[in-house]
Amino acid sequence: MTETLAEAVRDPALAPRIEHPILNIDGLSLWYGEKKALNHISMQIPEKQITAFIGPSGCGKSTLLRCINRLNDLIDNVRVEGDIRFEDGSIYDPKLDINALRKRIGMVFQKSNPFPKSIYENVAYGCRIQGINKKRDLDEIVERSLRGAALWDEVKDRLDESALGMSGGQQQRLCIARAIAVEPEVILLDEPCSALDPIATARIEELMQDLKSQYTQVIVTHNMQQASRVSDLTAFLYLGELVEYGPTQKIFINPLKKQTEDYITGRFG
Amino acid sequence: MINVIDRRARRQARSTTTFGDYRRRSAAAGQALTWLCGGALALNLLLVISILLLLAYNGLSYFWQKDLIELDLKDGRKILGEVWSQERSAAVTGARAAAAIDRVRLKIGNRDVNGLDFVWIDAKDIAGRGRPRDAVMLERLEWGNFYGTMAELRKGSQVLATGQDAVWKAFGPLHERKLKERRAIERLEKGAIGDVNYAIEHLRLAEKRLDLENLPTPERDRRKAAIENQVAADQVRYDRLAAELSRMRDRFQAETLVMRTANGEAKEMPVGTVVRAIQPNGMGSLSKLGLYLSRSAEFVSADPRESNTEGGIFPAIFGTVLMVFLMSFAVAPMGVLAALYLREYAKQGPLVRMVRIAVNNLAGVPSIVFGMFGLAFFVYLIGGTIDKLFYPESLPTPTFGTGGILWAALTLALLTVPVVIVAAEEGLAAVPRIVREGSLALGATKFETIRRVVLPAAAPGILTGMILAMARAAGEVAPLMIVGMVKLAPTLPLDGRPPFLHLERKFMHLGFHIFDVGFQSPNVEATTPLVFATALLLIVVVTAMNLVAIMLRNHLRRKYAGSAV
Repeated sequence: MTETLAEAVRDPALAPRIEHPILNIDGLSLWYGEKKALNHISMQIPEKQITAFIGPSGCGKSTLLRCINRLNDLIDNVRVEGDIRFEDGSIYDPKLDINALRKRIGMVFQKSNPFPKSIYENVAYGCRIQGINKKRDLDEIVERSLRGAALWDEVKDRLDESALGMSGGQQQRLCIARAIAVEPEVILLDEPCSALDPIATARIEELMQDLKSQYTQVIVTHNMQQASRVSDLTAFLYLGELVEYGPTQKIFINPLKKQTEDYITGRFG
Repeated sequence: MINVIDRRARRQARSTTTFGDYRRRSAAAGQALTWLCGGALALNLLLVISILLLLAYNGLSYFWQKDLIELDLKDGRKILGEVWSQERSAAVTGARAAAAIDRVRLKIGNRDVNGLDFVWIDAKDIAGRGRPRDAVMLERLEWGNFYGTMAELRKGSQVLATGQDAVWKAFGPLHERKLKERRAIERLEKGAIGDVNYAIEHLRLAEKRLDLENLPTPERDRRKAAIENQVAADQVRYDRLAAELSRMRDRFQAETLVMRTANGEAKEMPVGTVVRAIQPNGMGSLSKLGLYLSRSAEFVSADPRESNTEGGIFPAIFGTVLMVFLMSFAVAPMGVLAALYLREYAKQGPLVRMVRIAVNNLAGVPSIVFGMFGLAFFVYLIGGTIDKLFYPESLPTPTFGTGGILWAALTLALLTVPVVIVAAEEGLAAVPRIVREGSLALGATKFETIRRVVLPAAAPGILTGMILAMARAAGEVAPLMIVGMVKLAPTLPLDGRPPFLHLERKFMHLGFHIFDVGFQSPNVEATTPLVFATALLLIVVVTAMNLVAIMLRNHLRRKYAGSAV
């Protein structure tokens, strides 16, 4: 353990007791050009639990999430310092195959983004990329993934139709099915319900609970009720800093920092 | 106090009035603008529609058979023909009425007798006008139409029939047989004899190739002897076929038809050279409609005759469509790959911006300049090199080193590639970033993302570019004149002899055909309606090709439609 992480862990507001960390974020800073978006963030994310990142707009929670599968690499002029270790390997290791990493860390986006293909092909996409092309294998994976995303019964009769003809909630669940089809270890959810109505939101939240036994989930959300409903741990970020991180109950009922309390009680944000 | 309130109320009233005025005024201005825009659109539509109507009227009426009119002139001559146009003098009253000239233009045909097809007749010279029921019009393979009456049917010196009615009756079945014979002769010429000629030509080239190769003398002599034997055998075959052909020709020309003009001059011609014989004045509307359809069908399906002034324009339609096809095959990968690089891979910066500006400006270069480039680069440089490397035996006759359909297609591909690049770039840019990220987040590489997600999503946009490119290419004439288009191509670029698609061949094109028929033809008066018909057909061909592409695009759109992505 490096000094920074050790130091961070000593701060009770930032160091919940975590039995099996799967991701170790270690002194991570990130700049968009000249602008610093993340400032020296250190935290551990537990395996097979749901961790929520909350905070006002522009606080860096999405940026932090996108660091975990290195999607920020695609943006010009991004500079990163610090490290993230995923099961004891650095994800910033220059020898690392980014595509292999992204297969292990799936992602669901703020807006549903099905590909302009059939429902079947959307779910099978990741497998085809990995070279799984046998019809029988794919059929099985598609069915399992759609069942996993609680979508199978709704779409089993129209797998060959365009995914773009589905409702918003269905599309988002399709994106989850697509993510779990490649059997990742971690699923990153970037405000997955921000464009959905309450019923669709409830279904996604239910689904997250179902998936908890198999996958580590990290969710970014604007919606504090959602964070309190679904997550086991909550991290509050503000202006690129990790302000407080701990068990969700504790953060919402008895936060240690004034800033956290102000945000949660709605005094700013 | 009351005063103050009153004043305030008045001020308020005034301000609402001002506001109301403003609203009214702006609404009026808006309405005027709406009318202006609508008017401009209506004007454009009117122009397009009137162009189409003009083309359709002038082009389509050409195939409608007019009645034959016989004019008795005051000097005793008789003239038979179709009234082509009439000119009425503007001043018909007053002192100048006597000097006014009304004129009639008649198509009198009989070029082999009169030397010209059309005459102007002053109305004051006309003594009488008639519509003789039995007047006959012949469409012929040579010398244009003949107007007159049938006099005699002969076979050598033997007379088969005399008198209009008897000849007309005998002519029908005989003509039918002659048409069959003509088709047989054409089949023999193009089929068997063409094959033998082709084989002999190939052997001759093989012999020349032997001379160029570095072979030991005995080996060469042996091979040469083999070729000579083959040539001799083919020559025998050729002589036999040629004798057969000459026999068929003699039989074909045995029967002759003697026609008499309105003035009584006789003209004898082989029955087989008549394409069609009709008595227009005796025809009902229904049979005229049948004739109309048969002529229209001939126009789009037959080869041209008489230096393009008669017959059909099938080779030109075929050449245009094939050339646009080849051009599409060339321009699609070129444009899409360039757009992919510019949009997806190149680092956006001043250099890429400059390239983009350059590409856009390329679309503004005059097309004849592209033609010159095509001639210098494709024809002389690439074609010349290909000839030297692969066809040395036919030199100095060039194979690829001269204009051909391939070079024409490539030249037009260069001409239209900016359109495709711009459209493809826009299509690629319209694919949302989040969709690409979705693919990358599943572990796809950038290349896989582009191939499996971005390109399919951008396909409708790319096809829009292709549609524009095809429309432009189909109408382009100037550059083609120097890279492979000809007035009359002896063979189609696609036929039954391997390799089937002959990319080095020259081709005919509708756009050039319009120019050639209308302005370079020996018989401009007769072909003016053909210009309109050909122009109409060009528009139809371009529209048809575009419709196919548009349907394809809409199919793709439907396939991917249904959401706000």
